[in-house]
Amino acid sequence: MARMTGRRLLFAAPVLLVVTFGVFAVAAASPFDPVKSYAGTAGLSASQETLDQLRANLGVDQPLVACWWEWLTSAVTGDLGDSAVMRRPVADVITERLGWSVLLATSAFVLAILLGTALGVAAARRPGGWLDRCVGSAAYTLEAAPAFWLGLLAIWFFALRLGVLPAGGLTDSGSDTVTFGQVASHLVLPAAVLGVSQMPWFYLYVRQGVADALEEDPVRGARARGLSERTVLLGHAWRSGMLPMLTLIGSRVPELITGALLIETVFSWPGIAAATVEAATSVDFPLLAALTVLATAAVLIGNLLSDLLYGLADPRVGFDG
Amino acid sequence: MTARSIRGTAAAALAGSLAFTATACSNPDSGSGPDGGDQESAVVGIAYEPDSLSPLLGYGKDGNSKLFDGLLAVDGDMNLRPALASALPEVGADGTTYTYRLRDDVKFSDGKPFSAADVVFTYRTILDAKTNNPSKTELAAIKDVTARGEDTVVFTLKYPYAPFAQRTVLPIAPEHLAGRQDVNTGPFTTKPVGTGPYLLTNWSKGEKISFKANPDYWDGEPKVKKFTMAIIKDDDVRATRLRAGDLDGAILPPNLAKGFENDKGRRTYSATSYDYRTVTLPTHNKVAGDNAVRRALDIAVDRDTMVDKVLDGAGRAAHGPVPTGSEWFTKGTERVHDLAKAERILDEAGWKTGRDGVRTKDGVRASFPLWYLSGDKLRQDHALAYASDAKKAGIDIKTQAGTWEVIEPRMRTDAVLAGGGAPGDPDFDQFSLLNSTLAGDGFNNMAWYDNPAVDKALDAGRESGDKQARKAAYDTVQRELVKDPGYTFLTHIDHVYVVNDTWGTLTTQVEPHDHGLASGPWWNVEKWAPTP
Repeated sequence: MARMTGRRLLFAAPVLLVVTFGVFAVAAASPFDPVKSYAGTAGLSASQETLDQLRANLGVDQPLVACWWEWLTSAVTGDLGDSAVMRRPVADVITERLGWSVLLATSAFVLAILLGTALGVAAARRPGGWLDRCVGSAAYTLEAAPAFWLGLLAIWFFALRLGVLPAGGLTDSGSDTVTFGQVASHLVLPAAVLGVSQMPWFYLYVRQGVADALEEDPVRGARARGLSERTVLLGHAWRSGMLPMLTLIGSRVPELITGALLIETVFSWPGIAAATVEAATSVDFPLLAALTVLATAAVLIGNLLSDLLYGLADPRVGFDG
Repeated sequence: MTARSIRGTAAAALAGSLAFTATACSNPDSGSGPDGGDQESAVVGIAYEPDSLSPLLGYGKDGNSKLFDGLLAVDGDMNLRPALASALPEVGADGTTYTYRLRDDVKFSDGKPFSAADVVFTYRTILDAKTNNPSKTELAAIKDVTARGEDTVVFTLKYPYAPFAQRTVLPIAPEHLAGRQDVNTGPFTTKPVGTGPYLLTNWSKGEKISFKANPDYWDGEPKVKKFTMAIIKDDDVRATRLRAGDLDGAILPPNLAKGFENDKGRRTYSATSYDYRTVTLPTHNKVAGDNAVRRALDIAVDRDTMVDKVLDGAGRAAHGPVPTGSEWFTKGTERVHDLAKAERILDEAGWKTGRDGVRTKDGVRASFPLWYLSGDKLRQDHALAYASDAKKAGIDIKTQAGTWEVIEPRMRTDAVLAGGGAPGDPDFDQFSLLNSTLAGDGFNNMAWYDNPAVDKALDAGRESGDKQARKAAYDTVQRELVKDPGYTFLTHIDHVYVVNDTWGTLTTQVEPHDHGLASGPWWNVEKWAPTP
């Protein structure tokens, strides 16, 4: 187990290197001009001399490899550089926003897992029953529905028609103190939408796993011994039915990140994903590279976590190698 | 490890991440006043957000920045009045020195006094090559700025520049704070301290900017104690949140503002502006560069219909960069829509109508592309209307959408549906649009306009300190534009705002191209008072 963790971490370093270089290469090849987006409307009346000066100051006049190498060497020493689009050090941007993203993603993830598991177990008890059919078709529909579309739908219904929940932001527009109640009420819609959009995968895995487990010999044996339905379901079937879901938890991390990207934009949630969109369209190298490293690390850790969980939960599964 | 301990570990991990969240998200707020009544706070919806709140990077360069004051300010009639200066500047005889005496009772909101050193610091920093201020071109006339004692600042210019005083509305930053950090990315860019009527309480990027009244403001504490600008890019969402009562006022496109016309509790304001839409007719294009084609297009286009249909009536026909309502507008240069005359001009110049209705001359087909910024509905509508009017005169204009990255390399030969407009001085727009030395310099003189008579008049206009002489110079420019129109000016656009009636009748300034943040009826929110 420790060996697997160590090997995966060793492997992560070259992956991260390649990914950051890829980000610089793709950004450099994109038609967007970082100077234009930095200058904004002022750029439309700026002289060429001013624009050239900006290009030199922002350090984007250098070749791709030089840009990347400079970023990398200072990143290793802990200096993530300055974000041009946010006009501040990258480290500040990330520390200020990461927490809100983690809060949103964690709430959504917990909601998706709890909801998916509860519904999955309930549906597996009576395969083909009304609950199974209803939730099953809803899950397939949700799987196909884009998260941003669900978000717009939720805003339209809960914020505009019913007026019960705020349409966006971290707090009310008139208030500028971040209180628990404010954040909690503003978190409900984005977290629910993100959670619900992730729910189908968990539901489908759990339902299948538990339904299969109920057919297995040990469960049949337990039933034959006259154990209560509750013990059979939660004590036997649930535990073996949950195994496939453990792998799912890790592999859903990338989906969760892309989902959060859209949800944060729709709900003007001041998280890291919204900054990623801005960094990408403005070719903000330092910010984009740092955010990509974060996302890649999250995916690698997610995969490692799911493998570890699986190995721990089922002793028959070894740790690779 | 059993399942139980896994659950335990998972719970611990979750608790840890929540605890991390709680510490990482400490509230950047520096405290806020008590929640006032309805009339003591105002929330307005705007469409654009500044990139930075530092004047050193260009924030508030046209005055009116709420957090800061300039040496001078512009009032509701667009006249200059003293702000941090105690009087309008003394201008030297040759027009190259401007001397400002400063008020001595002004403090920055952190309690430190304001002095001449701050003014010198602000201007020198902006002009410094290391400062990423994209608007520094506007201060190109400055040779040097020096302090004479605590309360006098002297600007020396490279050449006589009559509109210079208009540029000194730009906000003054405190040297003792901004001078001690990275000017481009330091904390001052997001947490500024100024001398203005409001203090920043919170800026949540992409969401809102909140202000509270500065109790020690030298010009009196504002009655609106809390002021919030909510950043809502989508027009429909802004209108909905205004209707829902979430906002007290908002900028809206004319068609959405119409929905509030019969609302008893709200008023609609149309701010006149210098915000023009124009078509560049590049000199290097064989068709668009032809004088007869330019003159024909200038009168073939039906500006009044554009105002009615494209702008829903919220705007005026434009005959040049100077709006018809301005004192600098030259009467008699209005272009009257006259298709027959346009056709006559083209016929006389040898542009013969071909079989497909498009004219040709010496084998050149009267056709050129017209680019507009993709996603900009207003520019698209203008471009389509222009192309349709031109078609009637036998000129085939192909409209194409693109981003600036696509458009910019083509500007030398292709037409562009451009916008701009800076109120204050006739020099600002006309010099950068028409001066031949600025042809193709960034986005200046996009049409590569080259007319020696105009160049001469533009120089005369900016150098002379005498208003009569300046007026004569700009009259020449506008008359030359009739003879040789390098651009087809289409409309000046009104900016429409809807605001709750709580504060009585409000006023608006004449607005620039850039809108929604410093302008709007809240240009003087510090002077608002609740209706009794």
